[in-house]
Amino acid sequence: MVNVMRDSDKQGWRHFIRIEKRLDVPPVAYVLVLLLSLLLVILLCGLVLARMGYHPLEVYKTMLGGAVGTPYNFSETIAEAIPLILCSLGVSVAFRMGIWNIGAEGQFFFGAFTASLAALYLPSGLPRVVMLTVVIVAGFLGGALWGVLAGVLKTLANANEILTTLMLNYVAIGWVDYLVYGPWRDRAENMPYSRLFPSSAMLPVYPGTSIHAALLLGLLAAVVLWVVFKRTTWGYEIKLIGENPQVARTAGINIARNILLVMLVGGGLAGLAGMGEVAGIAGRLSPNISAGYGYTAIIIAWLGRLDPLAIVLVSIFFGGLNNGGYALQMVGLPSSIVTMLQGAILLFVLGGDTLMRYRIRFLGWRRDNR
Amino acid sequence: MDEQFLEMRNISKSFFGIAANDRVNLLVNSGEIHALLGENGAGKTTLMNVLAGLYKPDEGSILIGGKRITLTSPRDAIRNGIGMVHQNFRLVDSLTVTENVVLGLKSVRGLLNLARLHEEIGRFADRFGLKVDPKAEVWQLSVGERQRVEILKMLYRQVNLLIMDEPTAVLTPQEVQPLFDSLRSMAGEGRTVIIITHKLNEVMEIADRVTVLRGGKSIATVLKNKTSKQELARMMVGREIHEVKNRRGTGSSQGVLEVTGISALNDMGLAALSNLSFCVYSGEILGIAGVAGNGQKELVEVVSGLRSTRAGSMFINSRNMTNCKPREIIDAGVAVVPEDRVGMGLALNMSLVENLIVKTYHDPSNNRGGFFNWKQLRQKAEGVVREFDIKTVGIFSPVKLMSGGNQQKLLFARETLKDPRLLVAAYPCRGLDLGATGAVQQIMLDQKERGAGVLLISEDLDELLGLSDRIAVIYEGRIMGVVDPGTVSIEKIGLMMCGERNA
Amino acid sequence: MNILSLLTAVLHSAVVSATPILFAALGEIYAERSGVMNLGLEGLMLVGAATGFLVTYRTHDLVLGVLMAMAVAAFLGLVFSLIVITLKANQVVTGLVMTIFGTGLSSFIGRTVVAQSAPVVFNAIPIPFLVKIPLLGPILFNQDLLVYLLYVLVPVSWLIIYRTRIGLELRSVGENPAAADALGLNVFAFRYLSVCLGSALAGLAGAYLSLAYAPTWLENMTNGRGWIAIVLVIFATWNPLKAALGALLFGCFDVLGFRLQAMGLHISPYFLGMLPYLITIIVLVMISVTSLRAKNPMPKALTIPYDREER
Repeated sequence: MVNVMRDSDKQGWRHFIRIEKRLDVPPVAYVLVLLLSLLLVILLCGLVLARMGYHPLEVYKTMLGGAVGTPYNFSETIAEAIPLILCSLGVSVAFRMGIWNIGAEGQFFFGAFTASLAALYLPSGLPRVVMLTVVIVAGFLGGALWGVLAGVLKTLANANEILTTLMLNYVAIGWVDYLVYGPWRDRAENMPYSRLFPSSAMLPVYPGTSIHAALLLGLLAAVVLWVVFKRTTWGYEIKLIGENPQVARTAGINIARNILLVMLVGGGLAGLAGMGEVAGIAGRLSPNISAGYGYTAIIIAWLGRLDPLAIVLVSIFFGGLNNGGYALQMVGLPSSIVTMLQGAILLFVLGGDTLMRYRIRFLGWRRDNR
Repeated sequence: MDEQFLEMRNISKSFFGIAANDRVNLLVNSGEIHALLGENGAGKTTLMNVLAGLYKPDEGSILIGGKRITLTSPRDAIRNGIGMVHQNFRLVDSLTVTENVVLGLKSVRGLLNLARLHEEIGRFADRFGLKVDPKAEVWQLSVGERQRVEILKMLYRQVNLLIMDEPTAVLTPQEVQPLFDSLRSMAGEGRTVIIITHKLNEVMEIADRVTVLRGGKSIATVLKNKTSKQELARMMVGREIHEVKNRRGTGSSQGVLEVTGISALNDMGLAALSNLSFCVYSGEILGIAGVAGNGQKELVEVVSGLRSTRAGSMFINSRNMTNCKPREIIDAGVAVVPEDRVGMGLALNMSLVENLIVKTYHDPSNNRGGFFNWKQLRQKAEGVVREFDIKTVGIFSPVKLMSGGNQQKLLFARETLKDPRLLVAAYPCRGLDLGATGAVQQIMLDQKERGAGVLLISEDLDELLGLSDRIAVIYEGRIMGVVDPGTVSIEKIGLMMCGERNA
Repeated sequence: MNILSLLTAVLHSAVVSATPILFAALGEIYAERSGVMNLGLEGLMLVGAATGFLVTYRTHDLVLGVLMAMAVAAFLGLVFSLIVITLKANQVVTGLVMTIFGTGLSSFIGRTVVAQSAPVVFNAIPIPFLVKIPLLGPILFNQDLLVYLLYVLVPVSWLIIYRTRIGLELRSVGENPAAADALGLNVFAFRYLSVCLGSALAGLAGAYLSLAYAPTWLENMTNGRGWIAIVLVIFATWNPLKAALGALLFGCFDVLGFRLQAMGLHISPYFLGMLPYLITIIVLVMISVTSLRAKNPMPKALTIPYDREER
């Protein structure tokens, strides 16, 4: 424990407040910090909104209604959560190993591209099961390829993965832009998106909602990852590399191979998210398929402490936030409030993270006798 | 010289609930060289860190010249004329000697006139007999030269009280005398020097007075002339030393590790091992003596499979395993307890169980088809805790909560789990208290009795002499000679450690 | 259009394009030299762009717009500093969140002035005598005020970092904060000031985009320039002079795309849009490969929070 004594010399008193470092942090403390941060953010943003002339309670009520007000809205929240779940899970695998995969956005787009490729260029007469399988696999492979690209650059050239994955994000988005404004432009409507996918290439949807089959993929991935991390040797290797790569090396673990694997899996999951957006919701490839899911995924993965099940819960929460943001837009309020809220929550959690490691013990007053 | 300069009164300081200093008292006169003597963990460095302004004491006061002072930072300490040269140097590698010496001084204004400063620092260094090139960048300097830069830093700031923490730990025997000469000339000028050490020989040579610390408490302060090594040792240890005696028998003639003509480079691309050859037989402990930095680190890495060789061969149990991958070497029965316990040995945030299986997790006995059986692993861990008497908060709690001694025991337990043929231990007792040291040394002896070959790398000559069957001396990456610990003289080993070949 | 006037025109535009990146990179050099990596640069630039534009739009005062941009960005930098320096949170994640937050904040600030035209902009001010120098004159000395500011800032930064006492202390804080602390240097103060200064410069960079380069406010208008600035810092080995060269190089690539189109080459602008990022990746790979062998010039304590009593 770090004992820091505070002297209040001016008064001749010495009050003993010991700030001691905790030796371990119980998960309960973390949840408390999370909730406290949420509360603080709501209060703070409420104050700012009031200053700007908005009515904070109205704003929050609209958001809440948009998120879970009606069963339909709730289903929209779940649908909004699907790409978040997949991208966040993907990002969390790499993070566990200490690899900063910031490229979920680009992997999302590239997976959307390859899924669209399959949907648009496979013979439309194929039975739906086959079509869907190919589209799903194509989406995974596209994202995986985009992720592995950064992985290769890291293992061969030691190129910082934060920067390469980021740059690749812009390249992937640029690629999709090029396609939909160029060769894939829908000639009939002359709009910057591709033509519609055949219905056999569309994912099944829960009737009456936007919830599509990729949700199942997301939940399945969460369960699989949970098992992998808790009980398998590969999960152990990843954890060890993330905690202490030196020790991992002495244990004979092949770090380079694992870098490629996590980028492959992570990219593939983000690619599935992209596939889900084009084959489950949009029905065509366009530049508007992502509301920054790849970046929000990073916040979610961190807030969820890289735990697959927590990530699912946090994703649903953020899906609600996004949905709430759309509701705001519909009444003319800026949806950027939501982005700021999301960022602010994590900023508070990051700060609270450290405070959580200290414990204040008040030992009482004692007159200083000299 | 008999004028009292420094008094530390009733200093107490605790970490994690354990008292590192417990109402310690220290009196030092001006113009003297005062030795602070004690074993590892006695509280010497903590006490001096308090004096140097790095730690705030929980209780107690510091008086200079009779006046009480409060130190809230190292800057405060320097302002009061107190400066400390630490064991790990606080130098900025990429800057020059001059830049390091003048760093932080307000007297240097605006644009730096480097030429003038170089000259000034050069003259200053000559005045104290500290030989170093002011224009050189620190990363290029030898350890002894870096220490001189640290001393220069303090002298340039006109410290009256210089604290040196284990100054000879990183020096070759030749560099020690020039250091002692410099210290004597400083004391002659009226400055005061406090040396932290655990080496009795040094104390008897250089100190005027000695204060002994033990278990966080001050035991006594004596005049060097009025005491003896034996008395100091007794005060330092406080009880009969149970020397772990090695039953020296000949090892078998079966070579467990045969290293022939190995050459390897270090991380900077310079030669670390040059034509290195030695052999470890089963049932013996081969000690490697030498000043740290002569290739020991690279040697351990080569044997572990973490560093490739440019020439030479390495046979383990008569199998050529030169440049094999770490996993193959692990599977061949080689266990390694690395020098850097927490950097390279343990994953601090992971649990005892998880750390236990680092080398063996891929074994079919620990997992089925890639899936762990945690219940079985837990039983294994509990067994290990019992057998090695490891004190821990819980086997699923992070190992960073364990003390250094228990961490080391865990490391040894992990490495000896699979009855290795070769056990490599690098500086295994560094930083451990007496109890843990005894336990670790006993583990090594037990392994030797079992028939394993033990390669022990240590900087503690007493430990090597007490434990090894044979001692090889390493210098600049080659073996200077192999000697019998029972008959060799310390002077001879010292000479070999400095490059003299075994005649 | 002869070759010479084409070259002049291209390089002139390249300087304009390089300016925001260089401002941001200079700021980041100060921050990273002190040991803190600020990945929030992109967000800070956007906040600066939106703030600068909004303020100038409403007050018709360019200077006020720029100053407000710098102030708001510096404030965010202060928040960032609080979290990563005092509270010692992870610099990478916090920086990324700062970018996300800053992006949202900039959209919020600029929501009423999207795609408006600025009432006043930074116009080019030719320097009377110097602009007549053949070739270099029209390129370098027919620029606006902020570019001229850069001409001063770059060499002055070099001087400060390498030839003054403060610069020496700054470098030591980034290389070995324990050593600096032991000598009485205030590590926290250096880091706070460097990060806030760096953030202010990033705000300035953004303001340049919306008040000189574009000039207007569009959401996400920095388009990754903040990240390119970060790569530039590594590419320039934390040296302001090299950063200037690198920024100019990037500026050339940036402008080249439009020029090629103007010359009749039918390349899709979206394809060309990918070019700067691809180039950045290649540059990054090149730097990384070469630094595998040579001595690493990176400040040793970069991204590592400083804890004095860490045992």
